[in-house]
Amino acid sequence: MVTLTHYVVLSSVLFGLGAIGFVTRRNALILFMSVELMLNAVNLMLVAFSMFRADMGGQVMVMFIYAVAAAEVAVGLALLIALFRHVREVDVNSFSVLKW
Amino acid sequence: MESYLFLIPFFPLLGFVLNGLFGKKAGKTFVSYVGCASVGFSFVMAVVAVNDLVSRPVEDRQLVQILWSWMAVGSLHVDLAFLIDQLSAVMILVVTGVGFLIHIYSIGYMHHDASYWRYFSYLNMFVFFMCMLVLGANYVVMFVGWEGVGLASYLLIGFWYEGDDNADAGKKAFIVNRIGDFGFVLGLFLMFITFGSLSYLEVFPKAFHMHEAGQLALNSPVMVAICLLLFLGATGKSAQIPLYTWLPDAMAGPTPVSALIHAATMVTAGVYMVARSNILYTLAPTALLTVAFVAAATALMAATIGILQNDIKRVLAYSTVSQLGYMFIGVGVTAYWAGIFHLMTHAFFKACLFLCSGSVIHAMGGEQDMRSMGGLARKMPITYVTMLVATIAIAGIPPFAGFFSKDEILWKAFTFPYYPGAGKVIWFMGTLGAGITAFYMFRLIHMTFHGKFRGTHEQEHHLHESPLTMTGPLMILALLSFVGGWLGISPLIGHVLGGVPNVVEHFMEPVFEHSQEVIAASVAVQHHSHALEWTLMGLSVLIAACGIYGAYVVYIRRFPELPETLSKTYALHYKLVYNKYYVDEIYYHLVVLPIYYFSVFLWKVVDVVIIDGLGINGQSWLVQNGSGAVRNVQNGYLQSYGAFMLVGLAAVLWYFLWLQ
Repeated sequence: MVTLTHYVVLSSVLFGLGAIGFVTRRNALILFMSVELMLNAVNLMLVAFSMFRADMGGQVMVMFIYAVAAAEVAVGLALLIALFRHVREVDVNSFSVLKW
Repeated sequence: MESYLFLIPFFPLLGFVLNGLFGKKAGKTFVSYVGCASVGFSFVMAVVAVNDLVSRPVEDRQLVQILWSWMAVGSLHVDLAFLIDQLSAVMILVVTGVGFLIHIYSIGYMHHDASYWRYFSYLNMFVFFMCMLVLGANYVVMFVGWEGVGLASYLLIGFWYEGDDNADAGKKAFIVNRIGDFGFVLGLFLMFITFGSLSYLEVFPKAFHMHEAGQLALNSPVMVAICLLLFLGATGKSAQIPLYTWLPDAMAGPTPVSALIHAATMVTAGVYMVARSNILYTLAPTALLTVAFVAAATALMAATIGILQNDIKRVLAYSTVSQLGYMFIGVGVTAYWAGIFHLMTHAFFKACLFLCSGSVIHAMGGEQDMRSMGGLARKMPITYVTMLVATIAIAGIPPFAGFFSKDEILWKAFTFPYYPGAGKVIWFMGTLGAGITAFYMFRLIHMTFHGKFRGTHEQEHHLHESPLTMTGPLMILALLSFVGGWLGISPLIGHVLGGVPNVVEHFMEPVFEHSQEVIAASVAVQHHSHALEWTLMGLSVLIAACGIYGAYVVYIRRFPELPETLSKTYALHYKLVYNKYYVDEIYYHLVVLPIYYFSVFLWKVVDVVIIDGLGINGQSWLVQNGSGAVRNVQNGYLQSYGAFMLVGLAAVLWYFLWLQ
């Protein structure tokens, strides 16, 4: 039997992987992918709860999250391209001008 | 309430302001007139007031003027008020009268000084504060005057401030005085706590009635404490042991200043204060004993120092310290009127002596060392005669003034009602001191006026008698030194002379009435035979005569061999006394140096290292280095920011899942 616990664990593992990837990876595009992974992990958790608790609220929220995620990726990629035109790199370690 | 009393201090205040603000521009004539007229008017007003006082019946002899309410805080009510009763009448006449003569003298003495205007300005300021001191109706106004005369003293001692020694002497006077004032203020605080007031017309009746009602026993600790603390202030102001060291140094100031401030008036403030507080002291016999003993020791010690000093003004300075001791002996043995009487006669002959010495110094072109003088009698006859008269007065030879006052004090010491045994000891010390006084004063006369001139040739040519502005006051003061004592002839002699009354004693009797009642109620009445009194009187004249004869032998007959031989035979004693028993050096090492090193410590360690280093620079170091460490968090790396957020998220989760 696949219980809610399985989904929660899967979701947590996915979120953890996404988080670690966000903190560790150097390529900006990979960073974006990690962020998407975290978002999708959360979506999975929400849908699972919606199914096991018979509440449509979870699925509604997921639709909102997808919309926002898509918009956010569009904007983020646009910013990255603008930045790349100056720095000629997608290594996040080189974007460290805004410091003390 | 009399509305004219304020004029007595007002005129000198006006003179101070006018001469201070406009004197320099207005010129010497303006300054002279304003400076002397102000004190002259003050004297006239004092005479008017005393005349008013005397015209009243004895029970009603109190003139009061309340100018305004000064402090009204909680239970403390202090008014700016003046009181003239018999005691302040005597004092104010002496202060303004002798002060006026000295102002006249100063016209001649300070004539060539560039800061003539500043001198008269300060001198008027001094008279103003002295009037406040004497006329105050409460201890606070007295204290204002007390501090003010200290300030005037500092300014006038250091009048020629370009000289380091003069400035140092001024500082020494003020600082030593302040030490005494600390005790004085503590006494005032204690008095306020005990009696709830600082006004004479409230404290004294209250103390007397509390004693009569049995609430305030003799020698209660609080009364002894108040009286001793007040006396500490008096030792500073009136140069008694242990705070007398400033007076000899104060001779650095102009001679009329020494005459006015350090002989006739300011230094007598302590005696006035004790006499004013007579009921408080009578209720604390232990304090009286302390006062009398300290005074007797001072009188004797200062007299011994005077016999070896070579500066003419130093001799007179130590003489003043010694005579102040006699005044305190007088008030210390509850003979309050006698102490004030000696204050009066002393003002006459000591002012005369100082002004005469100023005349001599003037003639000698500024020389003050007696070893360069001699034979001046022929060149300066008026100065010689007046100084001789004053010297005979201070030596206590009848019928000159000093005899009556000094003898009365010694007799009253011998018959000290509270401690008869101690009284005999004090009498002995005082009598011995009187003999020494006669000796060193005639030593001064012989070295200055008799024998051969020992100075340089230019000095000899410069010798001349002083102008009338200077010799006039000398003559008046000499006359007063001769007749002044006749106002206080003791009953014993008065009876022999056909019923001559003791004017001063009877006049001031009401002021000390309560004290006499307390004494009469507390101790058994002593009966002293007239024979004893005559014997003691004869003894004091005899010892004075011995002193005079001794001075004649040492300084005329066998001069200069005898003093030289004596100084070599008793070399150690000579050195000790000549160096004033090394008191200044002892104070320097015991008091001044520790304070100096402590203040250096406070500067180098507390101020520089702790307050500046830790407190101020330390704060900025802390902020700079702290923020330097903290700002490295903002390193511009997106991923580190993300990592912080995750850690925070984990903490929140942990809190909610585990700790709840």
